[in-house]
Amino acid sequence: MRLITVAGPPSSGKTSVIGKTFEAFGKRSVELAVIKFDCLSTADEQYYEKKGIKTKLGLSGSLCPDHYFVNNIDTCFHWALKEKVDILVTESAGLCNRCSPHIKEILSVCVIDNLSGYHTPKKIGPMLKFADIVVITKGDIVSQAEREVFAFNVKRVNPKAKILHINGITGQGAAELGKLFLEANDYESLDDMKLRFTMPAALCSYCLGETMIGRDYHMGNVKNIKLD
Amino acid sequence: MQCEKHFIEPYDFLTEMGFELLEKNQSMDRYMALMDDDILEDMGTNKEMLVAGYEAAHLQLVEEPGVRVNSILIKGGFNKDGEKEAIDILLKPGEIVSIVGPTGSGKSRLLGDIEWLARGDTPTGRWIVINGALPDDAQRYCFEEKLISQLSQNMNFVMDANVEEFIEMHAQSRNIQQIDGVIEAVINQANALAGEPFTRETPLTALSGGQSRALMIVDVAFLCKSPIVLIDEIENAGIDRRKALDLLVKTEKIIMIATHDPVLALMANRRLVIKNGGMHQIIESNEAEKKVLKKLEAMDQEMLTIRNALRNGEMIYSE
Ligand SMILES: Nc1ncnc2c1ncn2[C@@H]1O[C@H](COP(=O)(O)OP(=O)(O)OP(=O)(O)O)[C@@H](O)[C@H]1O
Ligand SMILES: Nc1nc2c(ncn2[C@@H]2O[C@H](COP(=O)(O)OP(=O)(O)O)[C@@H](O)[C@H]2O)c(=O)[nH]1
Ligand SMILES: [Mg+2]
Ligand SMILES: [Mg+2]
Repeated sequence: MRLITVAGPPSSGKTSVIGKTFEAFGKRSVELAVIKFDCLSTADEQYYEKKGIKTKLGLSGSLCPDHYFVNNIDTCFHWALKEKVDILVTESAGLCNRCSPHIKEILSVCVIDNLSGYHTPKKIGPMLKFADIVVITKGDIVSQAEREVFAFNVKRVNPKAKILHINGITGQGAAELGKLFLEANDYESLDDMKLRFTMPAALCSYCLGETMIGRDYHMGNVKNIKLD
Repeated sequence: MQCEKHFIEPYDFLTEMGFELLEKNQSMDRYMALMDDDILEDMGTNKEMLVAGYEAAHLQLVEEPGVRVNSILIKGGFNKDGEKEAIDILLKPGEIVSIVGPTGSGKSRLLGDIEWLARGDTPTGRWIVINGALPDDAQRYCFEEKLISQLSQNMNFVMDANVEEFIEMHAQSRNIQQIDGVIEAVINQANALAGEPFTRETPLTALSGGQSRALMIVDVAFLCKSPIVLIDEIENAGIDRRKALDLLVKTEKIIMIATHDPVLALMANRRLVIKNGGMHQIIESNEAEKKVLKKLEAMDQEMLTIRNALRNGEMIYSE
C-alpha cells in the first residue's frame, strides 16, 4: 500500500488538494482513504465523505498532534491494509511549524499557500524543508510575480523538492499530484521505518498537566529565554 | 566566471535563514564546522539541508536567463466525448493566439495542459512539444515557472510592500541587475496603460483594479523571463488592451488568451475555437474582421472618453 503524509499550516488547502487529487483519479478505480489528524475538532471528514472518500479521524486532544500521529500511524497503516486501500493519505496541520510527520521513504507532501506571506517558507521547519513535494496553493488570487517570489523562497529552504502549483478550488494541477501519488513507494508495513526529523521534544511539568506559573513549578526539559 | 559577480556570501545566506553568526567572511565549511547540531535541530534543519540550500541559491541565480522557446506544438488529444481532436496547433514567439468557446467548453483546460506540459496525462490526452522535443520529467517540474507566466482577472497583489519594494523583490529573485532603471521603466509603462498614475511609494494593496492589472502586465513583460504567457479572461479593467498586448508581443513572447471579449479575441491573428472540450478549428483573422476590430476599438475609445469625462465630473452630450 502507498502511504502519503500531507502536512501544512492550517487553512493552507490540504483538504482541498487531497479532495481534488482524488477527483482527478476519475474513472481509474483507486481506493483512497484519508486519516485526518487534528487537536480538537474538524469539519474535514464531512468534506471527504461527501466526495466518497473513506475517512477516519484522529483527535489528539491535549496531546501534541504530531506525537499522537507517530504513536498511531502504524495502527492506521494496518487498518488501511485490511480495508484494501490503495493509497492512504494522512492530513495533519503543522501547528507549531517545528513538527513534521514525514517518514523516510514515504512520499511526503507539504501544502503551503501563496497568501501566507513571502517570509513564511523560511519560518516553516522540517515539514516543509524535508518534504518530497511542496504544493503551493491559491496561486489563482495572487500575481505571477508574487508566485515567483514565493516559489523562489521555497526553493531556498528545500531545494530538492518538486514544487507543484495547485488550485484547491478548480483542481488545476491536481491530476499531476495524483500521478505522483501513484508512483509512490508501495509497502507492506512500516516496520523499521524512521521519521525524517525529530519531533519537538516536550517533557516538562506542563506536559503533565501543571498550570501554575513560576520557576518553582518547572521540571524536566526546560529551556530559558535569553533576553539580552 | 559569470556567477562570481552574483556570489552570495555564506554569512548573508545564513543570517537570512535566521542564524546568528559571530564572525563575518568565513567559508560555508567553516560555518558548518562551528554550527552546533542541537541548534540546527532546534531550527528544524540540518547541515546537509543548509549546504544544499546554499548551493541551490547559487544555481537559481546562475541558471537564469531561462530557456529559449522557438516553438510550442499542441498535439490534439480527445474531446469530452472521447473523440479524437481534429487539429494540432504550432505557436511561435511574438504571436498571439486567442482561445474562444462557450463557458465550460475547455478553454482553461487547454491553458492548464500547456502549463503542465501535458504528455497524454491530463483529462484531454494532449501532448505539448517544446522546440520539437518532449520535455523530460525533471524539466517539467523546473520548467513550469521558467517557461510560463500567467495572468488572470482574479489575481490581486497581497504582498505587504510598496510598488518599489515589490519590483525590487521580483527583480532580485530573477537576478536582474540595474534594478533602479527597471523600477523606473516598469512604473512608467504601467502608468501609460492605466491612465491614473501611481508612484514608487504607492502600497501594492492601494492600487486600483486597473492599476494592478497594468502593473502585472508590465511586470510580466519586463521581469518574467518566461517566454510563454497564458492569459485567462483578463477583462476590460479600464486599461489599454492594445498597448498591453503590443508590449507583450514586443518582448517576443508566445501569448495565449482565453477570452469572451471580442476585442481581445480579434486582436489575435489566429484564434482557436474550443468545442465540447476539443480543439475544433483554427481561424485566421482576415481583413474584414480587422475592420470590425477597428470599429470595436473605436467604440471602446468612445467608452473610454465618456468614462474619463464622467470621472472628471463633466456632463455628457449626444452629437
Ligand atoms: N477534452 C476534455 N476531456 C475531459 N474533460 C475536459 C476536456 N476539456 C475540458 N474538460 C473539463 O471541462 C470542464 C470545463 O472546462 P474549462 O474550465 O476549461 O472551461 P472554460 O472554457 O474555461 O469555461 P469558462 O469560459 O467558463 O471559463 C473542466 O473541468 C475541464 O477539466
Ligand atoms: N482561491 C483559492 N482558495 C483556496 C485554494 N485552495 C484552498 N482554498 C480555500 O482555502 C480554505 C482552506 O482550505 P482547506 O483545504 O480547508 O485547508 P486545510 O485546513 O489546509 O485543509 C478553503 O476555504 C478553500 O476553499 C486555492 O488554490 N485558491
Ligand atoms: Mg483540512
Ligand atoms: Mg475558464
